[in-house]
Amino acid sequence: MINPARFVTFGNAEPVELGAVPELAPDEFGRAVVAAADGGLRVGAYFGTAEGQDGVRLYAILLDDLTGSIHGACTAFPLGPFPSLTRECPQVHLFEREIAEQFGIEPVGHPWLKPVRFHPSYTGRPQPWAGSDGRSPPVGITNFFRVDGDEVHEVAVGPVHAGVIEPGHFRFQCHGEDVFHLEISLGYQHRGIERRLTGGPGRRTIHYLETLAGDTTVGHTTAYCHAIEAMTGTYAPPRAQAIRGIALELERLANHVGDLGALAGDVGFLPTSAYCGRIRGDYLNLTAAVCGSRFGRDLVRPGGVLFDIDAPLADSIGALLADAERDTASAVELLWGSSSVMGRFEDTGRLTREVADELGLVGPAARACGIGRDVRHDFPVGIFRFSHVPVSTWSTGDVFARAYVRWLEVQQSIRFIREQLRALPEGPVLAPPPELPPEQLVVSLVEGWRGEICHVAMTGPDGKFQKYKVVDPSFHNWFGLAIALRGEQISDFPLCNKSFNLSYSGHDL
Amino acid sequence: MIAMIDLIAHVLLLLLMPPLLLGVIVKTKAAFAGRVGAPLLQPYYDLIKLFQKGTVLSRTTTWVFLAGPTVTLFAVMVAGLLVPLSGRPAPLRFAGDFILFAYLLALGRFFTALAALDTGSSFEGMGASREVTFACLAEPALFLGLLALARLSGGLSLTALLGGQVGGAWIAAAPTMVLVVGGLFIILLVENSRIPFDDPNTHLELTMIHEVMVLDHGGPALGAVLYGAAVKLFVLSAVVARLMVPVASERPVIHWPVFVVSMLLVAVLIGVVESVMARLRLLHVPNLLLGACLLTGLGFILLLGSSS
Repeated sequence: MINPARFVTFGNAEPVELGAVPELAPDEFGRAVVAAADGGLRVGAYFGTAEGQDGVRLYAILLDDLTGSIHGACTAFPLGPFPSLTRECPQVHLFEREIAEQFGIEPVGHPWLKPVRFHPSYTGRPQPWAGSDGRSPPVGITNFFRVDGDEVHEVAVGPVHAGVIEPGHFRFQCHGEDVFHLEISLGYQHRGIERRLTGGPGRRTIHYLETLAGDTTVGHTTAYCHAIEAMTGTYAPPRAQAIRGIALELERLANHVGDLGALAGDVGFLPTSAYCGRIRGDYLNLTAAVCGSRFGRDLVRPGGVLFDIDAPLADSIGALLADAERDTASAVELLWGSSSVMGRFEDTGRLTREVADELGLVGPAARACGIGRDVRHDFPVGIFRFSHVPVSTWSTGDVFARAYVRWLEVQQSIRFIREQLRALPEGPVLAPPPELPPEQLVVSLVEGWRGEICHVAMTGPDGKFQKYKVVDPSFHNWFGLAIALRGEQISDFPLCNKSFNLSYSGHDL
Repeated sequence: MIAMIDLIAHVLLLLLMPPLLLGVIVKTKAAFAGRVGAPLLQPYYDLIKLFQKGTVLSRTTTWVFLAGPTVTLFAVMVAGLLVPLSGRPAPLRFAGDFILFAYLLALGRFFTALAALDTGSSFEGMGASREVTFACLAEPALFLGLLALARLSGGLSLTALLGGQVGGAWIAAAPTMVLVVGGLFIILLVENSRIPFDDPNTHLELTMIHEVMVLDHGGPALGAVLYGAAVKLFVLSAVVARLMVPVASERPVIHWPVFVVSMLLVAVLIGVVESVMARLRLLHVPNLLLGACLLTGLGFILLLGSSS
């Protein structure tokens, strides 16, 4: 469990002095993180910042879903090898690879150390894998896990796919139609957003966040704005918070409905696939009715929102929402009623709750394994402090569960939006915050439609971002997809993939 | 004179009508999805476009790669000449030609699979392995169905099996005919890679069966593949259409329009099936094929019982 002497404890979107984060010796830090993870805490973020010219400081941000508290600790050491925690705490495996890639330092004992995004190290040091000279390696050129033996064959898919989707490379080790192992190699979408955010906030900052994962614009911008408001000790006006909540849930609606349609499309079930494609557009248009952009660009800004929802607009959104709700229900109910669809969804891509916990999965993927994990419930900020959204879970962990959880959430989101529209608080929608104070750290969590968005903002002595760490839910969940495929049929991969529907650009940043 | 008209109508329909069936299926599916859908003649436009294109060949391929589409197209065309489309005698017919019919389809499949393996791509090898596995299971169903028809008609050529006697067969042994039509309809779906066996519209290589085998073909070769697939759909649909609408007539103005309408009905039926059901999980495909074997086999057994 958490030893209070080793961690500073705070809440979601609550600033702490940077100096208040306890600095532990590296081995003590490792033990503390592993003990906390063993005690049921999750690793929300684990990252490094440069410490002078030749040092690094690692921060661990641990989340306690039960109490809604966040625990932080750090350790500093000269650039060089550091002990890996992955064997005791699998949740950090990708974070450690990220740290190794960024700083050119080796997590000693990491079981599968290889590049995450294929960029040169920030420090100019060679990265701890064969052939690295600190320069940019070609994306995707790395070691892959191989299974040898009679009748074992390898199938490589991507990075260019047949559909209009983002690039990613998938390598299957197969025995006939059965998948032994799937390895996912991303990094094709790496744009260096985190480094660009350092030294901000500036005029471009908000746009980087809006386009960080284009389908989660409202989620990421809301997380950023919560961080800014928390640091400056300000709050967005209540009306703005309600509008942010409406936009966040509209984003969830559009994506969940689109996913349900795409799942139907992947099993060749035409009616739901065709109708959900259109209905997704209806939800996107509602967002456009608020701010003029179907993806919620230019809506959420530090201090509030740029667009108000006046009474006539609220009425028309309410009416359109009722239409969309009726259409969605009739399209989606077809899925659960068709035995041919259920035959494909049920028992496909099953993840157990234990595995989901061990990997630290978030969002609908975790809730489909029976884990009641939802930032809106566990770490409520903004409008979710006042208006609760019940956590929707299902226990089977298969494609059906991931689809059904989405449907449950769709219904909850519609109810929530309707409630907000009925009683929008009075008052302004924007109160720009002042300049950021120096030497602060804030963790901002938002439940995006894919799951927990975690932003960690740290300001330096000049009140500028010394580090802005973004953890998209996809960063946690990609490995869940790889594990879900073990023992499955390779022909079911597209279906499993769609049931997670993770972001490539959110992972690659 | 009438024989001449029948021959010309047979050849013209065999050459020109197949893409229309695809257009009808697409339109039916669009109607179910509440969409307008692609133009009815879109498959023709696609073929014209493809035949005007150049060809790009992978360096790893050999002559087998181009032989695949060519042999397949040739095989299904000859198979089309064996089927008495409108109930009138087929242009080619001899006792036992239904065995040639079945193996012409198999020959086409064999060369498609060879051409797929010729590329050396893991996707295409996977598709070829799936295709031949399912074909093994579909073949007994086809033969049992044809055997039942042969026993009913007393002949051994497709002209006898599907010609003017089909109406009499319905009167004599309706239960057998229902079972055989059901079984052959399933064969029609699996042989033409339709839902619930395969999804001809999917872009997901890992789930494809037939489509993935021809991923490397382009231009005129792809045109030949698509045209061959359309002809195969036409030929097998004609078998089912003959059994479902057993009109026997001596007058071309009656039996050819009846044939065209019954073909369009079969295409609509395929479109409806594709609209209301999802694809089967690959593991469950053999179960349905076994079901088709049981249907046609049972039809055959019923016949043995009634004649003794």
